Amino acid sequence: MTPKTLYEKIWNNHLVYEEPGKPSLIYIDRHLIHEGTSPQAFAGLKAEGRKVRRPDLTFAVMDHSVPTKDRLLPIMDQDAKLQFEALEKNCRETGVRLFDMHSKNQGIVHIIGPELGITQPGQTIVCGDSHTSTHGAFGTLAFGIGTSEVEHVLATQCLVQSKSKTMYIVVNGKRPKGVTAKDIILAIIGKIGIGGGTAHVAEYGGEAIRALSMDGRMTVCNMTIEGGARAGMVAPDETTFAYLEGRPFVPRGKEFHEAVERWKLLKSDDGAKFDITVELRAEQIGPQVTWGTNPGMVTSVTGRVPDPHDFKDLNDQKATESALKYMGLKPGTPIVDIPVDRVFIGSCTNSRLDDLRAAAHLVEGKHVAKSIKQALIVPGSRGIKAQAEKEGLDKIFSEAGFEWRDAGCSMCIGMNADVLPPHERSASTSNRNFEGRQGRDSRTHLVSPVMAAAAAIAGHFVDVREFDVAHVE
Amino acid sequence: MKPFITHTGLVQPIDKVNVDTDQMVPKQFLKALTRQGFGRILFYDWRYLQPGEKPNPEFVLNFPRYKGASVLLARANFGCGSSREHAPWAIGDYGFRVILAPSYADIFYNNCFKNGILPAELSEAQIEELFQRTEKEEGYSLTVDLPSQMVRDNHGLEYKFEIVPSRKEVLLKGLDDIGTSLLHADSIDAYEKAHAASAPMYETVDVKYYTNGK
Repeated sequence: MTPKTLYEKIWNNHLVYEEPGKPSLIYIDRHLIHEGTSPQAFAGLKAEGRKVRRPDLTFAVMDHSVPTKDRLLPIMDQDAKLQFEALEKNCRETGVRLFDMHSKNQGIVHIIGPELGITQPGQTIVCGDSHTSTHGAFGTLAFGIGTSEVEHVLATQCLVQSKSKTMYIVVNGKRPKGVTAKDIILAIIGKIGIGGGTAHVAEYGGEAIRALSMDGRMTVCNMTIEGGARAGMVAPDETTFAYLEGRPFVPRGKEFHEAVERWKLLKSDDGAKFDITVELRAEQIGPQVTWGTNPGMVTSVTGRVPDPHDFKDLNDQKATESALKYMGLKPGTPIVDIPVDRVFIGSCTNSRLDDLRAAAHLVEGKHVAKSIKQALIVPGSRGIKAQAEKEGLDKIFSEAGFEWRDAGCSMCIGMNADVLPPHERSASTSNRNFEGRQGRDSRTHLVSPVMAAAAAIAGHFVDVREFDVAHVE
Repeated sequence: MKPFITHTGLVQPIDKVNVDTDQMVPKQFLKALTRQGFGRILFYDWRYLQPGEKPNPEFVLNFPRYKGASVLLARANFGCGSSREHAPWAIGDYGFRVILAPSYADIFYNNCFKNGILPAELSEAQIEELFQRTEKEEGYSLTVDLPSQMVRDNHGLEYKFEIVPSRKEVLLKGLDDIGTSLLHADSIDAYEKAHAASAPMYETVDVKYYTNGK
């Protein structure tokens, strides 16, 4: 038999209908929805008199616009309120499970899927959100879709898909202390460019990926879309199985062990062919900081803001020039000389327990710099929040001058009140530094949680390796 | 969906690589409940000065010479980032029926076809040539013909573009994807019977409305 990639195996397992020269119909095991991209899909369904085919495989959550404080007060944002009401009504009418903003299991859609064990190896998972790639960390085929496709999945539990090309991204060697999963994925995007993975599904491998916790692997897969690939995956292993055991939606006892035996088969065969292979050495990766207006505009914290003329291509020169203008940065400025106004630790990229623990350890006994206007900690879910509070992390953060908030997408996208004001500069653990992403005319620098924490303490970017990072996993 | 067969229209250039969907429709407009009316806010932050939503005279969409344009000329990796379908909704509602670029981000590309917008792919050199012609000639327009997969201008320029046949068919016929997929309901039933997809909850979580099935 021809050796197969993990992607091909999952693809074959989900083929419902195929016809030569046409895209195939593939089955969707889990459909995650949120208030932002689902109302038009439900409306479309209703207009055509169609039903939700499998409400039992559909999970809804409020995350994009939820307030991260005073959640028991009325929602003042009328548009957001209408969307919450629409989601609630749509779920009530169709029998879709809903984690509303008051559920103790509420959180960012890509955080709670894995946290509750809704996400499992070998599945196909879609959601009307590009960061659905996160779930690939479990060896699932998971990707973002548009609202028309949300409607399609609601109606058919299937999706019309053509097979993607495949890309193998291998990170060999050992990650230096202070270098995290976030730095690995930013370095990968810096290398391949933000369109480098277009039309591909990526699989990650190599010693440095295997050594990551599930939280770390989710960070890597989460930002796969920022490199252009719609889905990123890591073959499941003992780390994956240990993470999943005992979670609410994961089988128990004998059934769990049987599932693990099936999951063990989910890996690319030796000799399986990928269309592209990219290789990085973990030892050569330093803590990363973005300087521009897309995640590929990134350098090591020891680097400097580039000069547009450093780039050969005219389009790159123009893009760099416009990015530096927007960011208010001069070529040649050392990254560590860039001051920061606000710090945001949160988002589906970096708001899990590993992230919060590492950041808390770094700031313990220290205090946020006077020049910092706001330093936010937004746990990815209420489950994570509760566990962090049990460990006393909330106190460490509060004593260090951070605000401890409730779970949601928050300042990653600024759809609630957590907005970065015009011309202010953030050290943010989120995934996108596009113009206006965190607020109109705001300036985002993407970093890891420990780099964000260190910037909060110093008031500017600083090489986290100058801090005690022995604990950083 | 409105079929796309052939279209002639004024060309609107956006001379920037990696234009992301956050630029097309900023986040504050993602709180809508309908698909309509997004044309007014297309490229909102670039297009309007605040306060007061005054048109920014420096932004190319506001140049009088491009008023009424319906062919969008763009650079590489157009539509990267967020999966928001609000982006093609805005592009379509503004009046664009065709996009010409050297490459597109996957999700955006896919979303265009759901909305009767043709995202045609040309080479970097061809796109560069079109940018130059658009710049040079006021009122520069192009005809994009899907059956023959050709882009033509009034001066004899002819570029062929490639498109996957099944994608072409969707646009030409204005097919409703869901209707087409439901023709295979038997295959879906059979798959479900064989695989018994389910999501049992082994430990109660704090969730509403689950009615255990159909």
